[in-house]
Amino acid sequence: MKRHILAAAAGVIFGFGLCLSHMADPQKVLAFLDPVGHWDPSLALVMGGALLVTFPGFLVLRRWQRPWADKIMHWPSATQIDRPLVIGAALFGIGWGIGGYCPGPALAALTFNPREAIIFLIALIVGGLAADRLAR
Amino acid sequence: MVPARPETAADFDRLNPEDAIVSYITDFTPAVALGGGLLIGAAAVLLMAGIGRIAGISGMLHGLVSDGGNRGWRASFLIGLVAGAALYVLIWPGDIPARHGFPTLALIVAGLLVGAGTRLGSGCTSGHGVCGIARQSPRSMTATGIFMACGVVTAIVVRHLLGIGS
Repeated sequence: MKRHILAAAAGVIFGFGLCLSHMADPQKVLAFLDPVGHWDPSLALVMGGALLVTFPGFLVLRRWQRPWADKIMHWPSATQIDRPLVIGAALFGIGWGIGGYCPGPALAALTFNPREAIIFLIALIVGGLAADRLAR
Repeated sequence: MVPARPETAADFDRLNPEDAIVSYITDFTPAVALGGGLLIGAAAVLLMAGIGRIAGISGMLHGLVSDGGNRGWRASFLIGLVAGAALYVLIWPGDIPARHGFPTLALIVAGLLVGAGTRLGSGCTSGHGVCGIARQSPRSMTATGIFMACGVVTAIVVRHLLGIGS
């Protein structure tokens, strides 16, 4: 139960932050990605603000043996820069540049633009399952 | 005097009164961008301190569908995320405009690419961008560089050469 409450609390803060920063607005994202014309650098500050907290935060947490409500710290273990990483990141970037949505903002958009969010999220799930099939 | 070509979001609204809400021009908003970014970072640190997990949204979404044994915390976080967004929209209704008129086909293609890409590449803006760079992971720094570069090139091509969404 404690795990669920902590996860949900982190989710609430994350979702509120996505909206406050306006990163949940695909027009804002595209205005950042597209420097031709009216470039809006806001998103660099969203990323910068987040790193300002995660960078020192993770430095401290690196030394923890276990979190408050689990037995181990689940740090990612993969270290190799392989083909799936490179191809996947490229495909993701192309999709991001077309629609202006990455996964978090698409979920947040359920609250103010459900039509776009639902269409995008269904396609996202289907795309993920298709990638699993092809990779196998 | 309103310029012939819009220079700010307000100009766009004046030039397109019937369709003001779809403005593709946005204004630089440094204070809320930084504030929202700090909250996103705080959420990622809380999730790691609390349950030892990386706040990677694509991983949670894909994991909900395919990783049967470990759904619980993912669902809780994602429901929280939508609730947090709903809270913002309740406090400041209409502050984030709902884009409309964006081609559905483009939206579907974008979703398929984001879904396949984040699955293959094991992460998105949050997992690789916010968390991975903070861990100084070479994988995440590489991925972030690639998806940023591809996003910029694609946005330019789609908006200026194909004329979609602007």
